[in-house]
Amino acid sequence: MSAPAMTAMQAGLQSCEGCGLLSRPAPGEEEGQCPRCDEELSFRKHGSFQRTWAYLLAAAICYIPANVLPVLTTTTAAGADSDTILQGVVLLWSPTGWPLSIIVLVASIMIPSAKILALGYLLITTQRGSVANNEQRIRMYRMVEFIGRWSMVDVFVDTFTAALIQLQPLMSVEPGPGLIFFAAVVVFTMLAVESFDPRLIWDSASMQAAESKEVTYA
Amino acid sequence: MPDRDPPRSTVPESRNVPKKRTRLSLVWFIPILAAVVGAWVAVTRVLSEGPKITITMKTAEGLEAGKTKIHYNGVDIGTVQTIVLSEDHQHVIMTVEMAPKTEEFLVEDTKFWVVRPRISGANISGLGTLISGAYIGMEIGSSKEDRREFVGLEIPPVITGETPGRFFILKTKDLGSLDTGTPIYFRRLQVGQVASYALDKDGKDLTVKAFVQAPYDQYVNPDTRFWHASGIDVSLSASGLTVQTQSVLSILIGGIAFETAPNVMVLPPADENAVFTLYSNRTEAFNPPPVNPQTYQLVFKDSVRGLTAGAPVEFRGIPIGEVSDISAQIDLKTFQFSVPVTIKLDPRRLGVKLLDLGPGVDLETMRRKLIDAMIAHGVRAELRTGNLLTGAAYVSLDFFPGAPPATIDWSQNPVQLPTVGGQLEATEATVENIIKKLDKVPFQEIGVNLQKAIAQLNETLLAAQGTLTSAHTTMNNANLLTEPNSAQVQQVGTTLQEVSRAARSVRVLADYLERHPDALIKGKSGEAK
Repeated sequence: MSAPAMTAMQAGLQSCEGCGLLSRPAPGEEEGQCPRCDEELSFRKHGSFQRTWAYLLAAAICYIPANVLPVLTTTTAAGADSDTILQGVVLLWSPTGWPLSIIVLVASIMIPSAKILALGYLLITTQRGSVANNEQRIRMYRMVEFIGRWSMVDVFVDTFTAALIQLQPLMSVEPGPGLIFFAAVVVFTMLAVESFDPRLIWDSASMQAAESKEVTYA
Repeated sequence: MPDRDPPRSTVPESRNVPKKRTRLSLVWFIPILAAVVGAWVAVTRVLSEGPKITITMKTAEGLEAGKTKIHYNGVDIGTVQTIVLSEDHQHVIMTVEMAPKTEEFLVEDTKFWVVRPRISGANISGLGTLISGAYIGMEIGSSKEDRREFVGLEIPPVITGETPGRFFILKTKDLGSLDTGTPIYFRRLQVGQVASYALDKDGKDLTVKAFVQAPYDQYVNPDTRFWHASGIDVSLSASGLTVQTQSVLSILIGGIAFETAPNVMVLPPADENAVFTLYSNRTEAFNPPPVNPQTYQLVFKDSVRGLTAGAPVEFRGIPIGEVSDISAQIDLKTFQFSVPVTIKLDPRRLGVKLLDLGPGVDLETMRRKLIDAMIAHGVRAELRTGNLLTGAAYVSLDFFPGAPPATIDWSQNPVQLPTVGGQLEATEATVENIIKKLDKVPFQEIGVNLQKAIAQLNETLLAAQGTLTSAHTTMNNANLLTEPNSAQVQQVGTTLQEVSRAARSVRVLADYLERHPDALIKGKSGEAK
């Protein structure tokens, strides 16, 4: 691991999140606006830890009903059937349909939980000022950020199915209450990822480096 | 940290680090909201948990754990959760999770049954379950006591408690073709159904529970008569052939009809579970057997062929009772057979009721007096043929002024009424007489004589043949005489010509004489001819 470089914040500079321009904060004010693109400037995202924690917690809370409540209610002439995500996985599990079952299992159960766990890990380690595995953590962050947008596919599939299969009175499919919570989980994790400032991962390392330098100065 | 030392250039400058925002961000509102919503969902889920009940049934055919619903009036109010066998493997026990707030439905007399497609004579039900699969139907009881363990009915009830109407109890000796669901008709309109039937404990009567829907139940009053309207009621009696039917459906599956006797009084509707007699047909329903029948015995010396139990007893053509029993007895001393016929007379039809009984006069005494008087006036019982086609006979009480006097021994039981030989016997005697007379005719002698006569006739015929031959010859001769070329005919012709000429001469003479009457004296003048 190479020696941590001096950060812009340490140099008293702000980088614009919109256009990437480095600027010096205007005197008297802590933060200003980007002279190039008028973006609100800040050294670090305001209240990043708090907001990320809040969204993550909300996502974690919603994750429970998303898995307990039924996501799809299939009404056929034989009666109404409500299935949760896990029941859907079990239902799809058959000698020929198992790949589909695995896709649902991975996309709808494993990925959201993995996202929540990963974000939690990032938050805890960053807040504690850990300097180990910084590259690993930033890779994890990028992965979570990348996957985030695809999680909504589940919700789309569900709503499309519900909209398309309306063969009254033979068969109809309606979204269940669990779907709303599942969508909430996806939205909250995306918001949490958005609120998290990955630069914080490096701050502690740079700070440590700066302190050790100061010590050498002293 | 307070700095007591004077400032030095080596002392590092304080760093200008942006203040950490420790203020609680509004963003925390989001997880709190999520938690609240989640908690609310959880609470409503818990609250929406309905009571759990168990239903024990004989078979779980068509039922599926987790799928089969409990329906009440078409509303889904519960789901079968598990189906397990009972410990003795004779029953199945279903655990059912009911919808919330159904506790008050689950009382002591709530009933559950499985709705499957059923096709019976009267109705086809549960056809929807062919596609949707069986479900469990229920009827909410009226009891106040809670219950959680139920025993399901094997046969669904025909009438659920919600149908407005009333139950009536019908007592009958014979179930006939009745079944649960058998329709009940009022003026051929189906107004109810048989709900259930059971044999009484003593095994003598059947109790049929009949349900009449509102508003038709108001037409059932204490004087209403119920009768079997099943199939085609064909009765062949002394009065002829009677055919009675209700609707085509009832011909196939039977039914019960009721009607109220046309009564001047309008009676209030009968009470729920009022008991009625179920008569075997309409005629019987409106002519019920006598209430306190008086039993008499008639002893006939002759054959009672054609007389059956139930045959009418008529007084001058008015039915007043019926034959209840026919037996035969033999007097061992005289070896005389007789047929005692027991009859039951309806006292209401004997007119006793019409008499204005004074106070202190016993009805029985009055009756005896009346019958004594009637017998004294020559009333006798007689056997008559009511229907020549069927030979059905009936007992007729009528006046026979020439009958030998008789009295009634009231000490007997049953009291014996005097009889006379019936019309039937008289006819039979006449026929017998004729046969006897016919028997005396000497058919053999007649036959022998006839044979002789036939032989003589043969001879005569031969003689006649000879005579005819002679006659033939004679005729031939005559023929020859009259032939056109025969001498005789020629002669006759000549003679006739002669006669013709003579006649003309006479006419000429007569004309002349008319013109010259004097010629008779003077003779013909010279020039005249």
